[in-house]
Amino acid sequence: MRMLTFAKRCTKEILRDPINLGFGLGFPLVLLLLLSAIQSNIPVSLFEIDTLTPGITVFGLSFMTLFSATLVAKDRESALLQRLYTTPLSAFDFIIGYMLPLLPIALGQTVICYLFACCLGLTLSVNIVYAVIGIIPMAVLYIALGLLCGSVLGVKQVGGICGALLTNLSAWLSGVWFDLKLVGGFFEKMANALPFVHATEMEKALFSGDFELAGAHILPILLYSVAITTLAVFCFLRQMKKQ
Amino acid sequence: MQTIKTAQLVKRYKNITAVDKLNLEIREGELFSLLGVNGAGKTTAIKLLSCLTKPTSGDAVVGGYSITKESEKVKRLIGVSPQETAVAPNLSVRENLELICGIHGFSKKKTQAKVTELSERLALDTVLERKAGKLSGGYGRRVSIAMALISEPQILFLDEPTLGLDLIARYELWETIRSLKGKITIVLTTHYMEEAEALSDRVGIMKNGKLLAVGTVEELNAKANTNDFESAFVSIVKESAI
Repeated sequence: MRMLTFAKRCTKEILRDPINLGFGLGFPLVLLLLLSAIQSNIPVSLFEIDTLTPGITVFGLSFMTLFSATLVAKDRESALLQRLYTTPLSAFDFIIGYMLPLLPIALGQTVICYLFACCLGLTLSVNIVYAVIGIIPMAVLYIALGLLCGSVLGVKQVGGICGALLTNLSAWLSGVWFDLKLVGGFFEKMANALPFVHATEMEKALFSGDFELAGAHILPILLYSVAITTLAVFCFLRQMKKQ
Repeated sequence: MQTIKTAQLVKRYKNITAVDKLNLEIREGELFSLLGVNGAGKTTAIKLLSCLTKPTSGDAVVGGYSITKESEKVKRLIGVSPQETAVAPNLSVRENLELICGIHGFSKKKTQAKVTELSERLALDTVLERKAGKLSGGYGRRVSIAMALISEPQILFLDEPTLGLDLIARYELWETIRSLKGKITIVLTTHYMEEAEALSDRVGIMKNGKLLAVGTVEELNAKANTNDFESAFVSIVKESAI
């Protein structure tokens, strides 16, 4: 009950920040529109709507990191957390309370992306449902990454690191904007060692109904999700103790 | 009867001793002010007593419970209004109050009653639906104190409650604090002499983490051989060889 009260508050704080929300939910749609327009003039297979949309939904998740990191960092800096630490809320309540509200927001964002893409000519199929469900582990990873960053960084740093660096890095390393094989070498190896490209490929596979291929990509995503969540919990508890 | 008793309470941060062997007794129902210049250790003392930080050594009993061994029980007895206005900025004043009610497990009926009671008591009726982050400094502090009072605490900690407020807002907040006197034990920190003088039953003067003197304003004036509390404070702080 306590945790749900706190989670409800976190939801309101996120949904009432019009800049964050507009940018986080609107930007992936603008990209879909823009890249589809480019595709219609200069055909690029990577930007075909059926190939592009699953990647954009994964890219959109990077804004969840920004949302959760900003919220945690703001709470830390505003002394609200200090006040709440003197209440019966437990560490578990805090962690779940921060993470839980972002999951439906992430799923909502994914659904909006697919619906918008349908208007742009995306093939309508039941696989969209599997793709939306399949995005959950990656959403958890991004949300946990936000909790981690919010626990160790200040509000201004969060804006730079999560808002600019992470969104760009995760996009470059995801294979959404360009084929990683074109760069090759160390860059490709690094991208394959990270979860972003696996998430994009898994989404594409789920959308096209190739569940075997999707299964091949899920392990690194799950491993990273567990590792990042564990690290985030550790860092949050550490700053809680420090406060 | 003492509601707070500290025994050789020490808090060190690397090479800095923020609170140094603090021995303090605060009686039930009194308004006790910790007075000192910036860096005297007042906020750290409050953080220790409200279980926000653990002591390096020593202990304190708050409402009958040890801050080192029974912090969860202590937390159920206290309310804290931190130095910064600690509110959820995108939530309305009502939602902020409801948030704390929910965290303390109040029913819907009790929550409504509590919001009505506190908004009347702290004159928040006119701003109940406004976003807390958009309030003036004075209203922000009042909301912060209202949030601290929701759990019906036996002991209320107010850390620099009027810091940065204009004169009128400060006087209004003093009235609010006065209205709470006698009903609960209040520990407030301040570096304003006139605030300590106007509100406190007793004052503790701190410097460099040490408690230099404790007493009523009159007792401290007598100790420093003066009729002016500001002179008494300066004299006590300057005379200490710390």
